[in-house]
Amino acid sequence: MTTPNSEFDAECIRRILAGETHLFHDLIRPCERPLYFLLLSLLRNEVEAEDAAQETAIKVYRNLHMFRGDSQFRTWVLSIGRNEGLGRIRKAESRREDSLDELTEGQNGDFTPAVLTNWREVPSEALERKELGVLLHKAIEGLPEIYRNVVLLRDIEQMDVRETAAALEITEGAVKVRLHRARALLQRDLAPRLKGFAPKRAKWFGWGA
Amino acid sequence: MRIDCKHVWEHISAYIDGELDAALRAEIDHHLATCEICSAVLDSTRNVVVLMADSRVFELPAGFSERLHVRLEGELGQDGTG
Repeated sequence: MTTPNSEFDAECIRRILAGETHLFHDLIRPCERPLYFLLLSLLRNEVEAEDAAQETAIKVYRNLHMFRGDSQFRTWVLSIGRNEGLGRIRKAESRREDSLDELTEGQNGDFTPAVLTNWREVPSEALERKELGVLLHKAIEGLPEIYRNVVLLRDIEQMDVRETAAALEITEGAVKVRLHRARALLQRDLAPRLKGFAPKRAKWFGWGA
Repeated sequence: MRIDCKHVWEHISAYIDGELDAALRAEIDHHLATCEICSAVLDSTRNVVVLMADSRVFELPAGFSERLHVRLEGELGQDGTG
């Protein structure tokens, strides 16, 4: 993750608004990854997510004068991206919107972990990483919407709890609860399937038996 | 206080993120030292978290950035903002 630099952002924005529009490329660049993955988590379609990311970047540019600096610039971009994504979902599928509304914090999910003791190590080879990537993508895609967003921003984009909460317009407590549930669901989904990946060597990450 | 497996599972995410207070963390460490199942659940959950943070696992589509900036260029070339 690129750590946001508020001073650089503020100076950049001031100059862009003063006419140096080409600086917008540098301003938006650190936001590209989280923006794309947030939209991918919402739209579940790479082409759609990319188009939505481009639209978001254009909206950000057009509305740059409205950025007040009371949040980080990246957080603001992600909020606009989230609205863009949600707008597309609503347009495309009202049925899906209903199911989004049904997902609440009080949902009685089963968050019991997979209690397998034989997948403790992460396979280390590049080929396996690619296969793992496919499995991980699928597992994340299978998560309920409200967990997918959080896991994308917190665990994949390494954003902190506060910024994740601001970008998704939820409380920090909700971020933590959803992240915990998302990880539990992913562990339960992945642990049995990754059992087939025989560890090439022990303690790749320096832990485990 | 003695904690059971289910109690440990409830705190695994916060444990991984280092958000637990010292007393609870010590309780969980004590439990993990003797519970093979919870220890494995912790390891595999942490493996998932580590994998997700690996930027080689989640990459932007090829050419994503180039296409974005080409499209932006069209916009920036027009009249300024606002």
